[in-house]
Amino acid sequence: MSILVYLIPIALGLGLLGLVAFLWALKSGQFEDLDGAAERILHDEEEEPVARPPRP
Amino acid sequence: MSPGEVVRLAPPVAAAPPAAPAAEEPPVDFAAYVKPAGPDGWKLHLMAEGVHCGGCVRRIERALASEPDVVEARVNLTTRRLVLGWTGPAARANTLVGRASALGYRFVPYDPEALGQADAAVERELLRAMAVAGFAAGNIMLLSISVWAGLVQDMGPATRSLFYWFSALIALPAIAYSIRPFARSAWTALRARTTNMDVPITVGVLVATAMSLFEVATGGRHAYFDSAVTLLFFLLLGRYLDRRARGRARSAAQRLVALGAQAATVLEPDGSRRVLPAKELLPGMTLLVAPGERIAVDGVVKAGASELDMSLVTGESLPVKIGAGERVFAGTVNLAAALRVEAAAVGEGTLLAEIVRLLEAAEQRRSRYVAIADRVARGYTPAVHLAALATFLGWFFLMGAPWQAALLVAVSVLIVTCPCALGLAVPAVQVVASGRLMRRGILLKSPTALERLAEIDTVVFDKTGTLTLGRPELMDREAIDPAALTEAASLAANSRHPLARALVCASPPVSVAAGVAETPGEGLALATPAGEIRLGSRRWCGVADGGEGEGPELWLARPGRALVAFRFADRLRPDAAETVAALRARGLGVALLSGDRRATVARLAGELGIEDWRAEASPKEKAERLAALMGQGRRVLMVGDGLNDAPALAAAFVSASPASAADIARTAADALFQGERLAPLLDLVGVAARAKRLLRQNFALALGYNLVAVPLAMLGFVTPLVAAVAMSGSSLLVTGNALRLGLGRQPR
Repeated sequence: MSILVYLIPIALGLGLLGLVAFLWALKSGQFEDLDGAAERILHDEEEEPVARPPRP
Repeated sequence: MSPGEVVRLAPPVAAAPPAAPAAEEPPVDFAAYVKPAGPDGWKLHLMAEGVHCGGCVRRIERALASEPDVVEARVNLTTRRLVLGWTGPAARANTLVGRASALGYRFVPYDPEALGQADAAVERELLRAMAVAGFAAGNIMLLSISVWAGLVQDMGPATRSLFYWFSALIALPAIAYSIRPFARSAWTALRARTTNMDVPITVGVLVATAMSLFEVATGGRHAYFDSAVTLLFFLLLGRYLDRRARGRARSAAQRLVALGAQAATVLEPDGSRRVLPAKELLPGMTLLVAPGERIAVDGVVKAGASELDMSLVTGESLPVKIGAGERVFAGTVNLAAALRVEAAAVGEGTLLAEIVRLLEAAEQRRSRYVAIADRVARGYTPAVHLAALATFLGWFFLMGAPWQAALLVAVSVLIVTCPCALGLAVPAVQVVASGRLMRRGILLKSPTALERLAEIDTVVFDKTGTLTLGRPELMDREAIDPAALTEAASLAANSRHPLARALVCASPPVSVAAGVAETPGEGLALATPAGEIRLGSRRWCGVADGGEGEGPELWLARPGRALVAFRFADRLRPDAAETVAALRARGLGVALLSGDRRATVARLAGELGIEDWRAEASPKEKAERLAALMGQGRRVLMVGDGLNDAPALAAAFVSASPASAADIARTAADALFQGERLAPLLDLVGVAARAKRLLRQNFALALGYNLVAVPLAMLGFVTPLVAAVAMSGSSLLVTGNALRLGLGRQPR
């Protein structure tokens, strides 16, 4: 059973990694606009430069 | 930037044919709201109206990004906000926003610092605490299940001890972090010598943790880390959801409030113009108020003659004529011609300040309402703690148990009394109820609004804008010659006067007549080869004054043709009569309290069958009337929309406003409802009554559970396993019961 001494910390470490990832995502504003993020993936980014008209 | 350079652009929307004049708003100068961002950069925060899909987001962002100087344009679809950043002159704001508004959206500037940052911070703290507690609860539960399995199998004391130490390692930092929202609130309550639900929660978790630590250190068999952390997790979950539901309602309310945000054009002594946000204005400044603009200060008219829409201040639906030397009030809208207004003493002397004072006084009185959860906690907390103490003393003295064992049993009582179910009883119902009301266009702003709504026995309505739509509409349209209507509308399209706009609204689409001259307070004139066409007051059109004050009207005089009269009335909301009748059928008293003229109010009260009505009431009288009703022991729901209703809204037991109300009224009201109908009020009252029933059931469930669990715990039968199962079970039961509110039929 001494393997537990390694396994439990490893399991906890993985869990902690998830927690840290969540807190980071929260801090960096990933949850600010949940509805928008879902829609943005559908936008075609590459058209952008073409759509830019010449300076007036 | 040099603010003198500001170019005032008409919003592109105004260039469209005046199909919906009612939706027009005074032009906003966006340059007054920009904030510097980095060297040579500017940032503007805007609320976007009318954005509701990814396509909208994309159109707006595209249009803005195609401008060469824009460095940032990002629409948040959840909060419906747009952040716009660019380099170059600040006055570009108007052009840029103009481009985006040309797509058919409406943008309103707001100050991100002033808008609910504190709430967002609290919500984030709760979410972080919940994440930590959730992580800890999951991992400790894994270890605990091994221990529980080990009890019936052959887990040695050494392994169990190792598992407990790991649990402690996870639990201690997690609890220290996640208990802070509860501990802070409990401490505040205790310092104020009262108690709330957070007191037993904090005490229970802390005692359970300390006791478990002691058990683990002395090699004992029972540790309650899992219960303590799971308890925190469930409670944080409930609290976070509750907060978020209300936060969303609030942010919607803020979006409405910010629509009123205005800048004012100041005329400097040297003749130059400057645009300042309303809060930076000083007494003695001369303001230029263009037609259609809202006046930002109380003051005196120095030059110009015009008509003012005073509905915000007096509830009066008809425009009031105003000339040089007369006093004007903040919040009124200039309708006809440009005015120069000298700002009077800002601060204590203004009408707005007076109303705010009344409002604050009324709010202080009302804050004494104690939420049902806190009322229950007042009885519950001492009872639980006494039971735990009695258990300890009983085991120690009567049973002769060692003090550690006696304390362990006492702690199990504290844990199993489960502030969890009680703590969730209210948030669970609140979340479901506010979600359901939100789908019907009703926003609950105050956490105790539902509880108070369930107790009302009287409904007091304001008239203008509440029972009525608050804008004039053409009467007897069928009886009017269509040709005359079209002709009048083509003249009227040149004016922002409310009656002219109502006329345009009522007519089929017309071309706007060119060359129309407007005389403020009188009417419009158009010179044609055949003679002058006039549209306006009786006097303007040369009609003999009949003396009968029928109400608002316009006359059309055409050369060689008979005069045509257009009469207007402020129409009732479409379902006002039904709603009033339905409220009565619920056994509620209905009263009418208006600042409008006696004759108008009397007629309307007759139409709706309201016997208890008062007219010509000032804001102060309204608040006093509410106080008098409350003094008779009535619990009043006040429904109103005007600035003049705000003190009454705050003085009432509970209050509601249409979403079209003045911002100060929306701030004072506990609930807002959207749309042209009054039926949401019935939903509000109905859902509140059902929510109250469910709340009571939830408390009954939680207390009933305690009646079973506490004796068992006092007798020492509750192990950590039993505690964990019982706690989760009761929480699920309470939450499930609350969900029934969402399942019920949706009355239409």
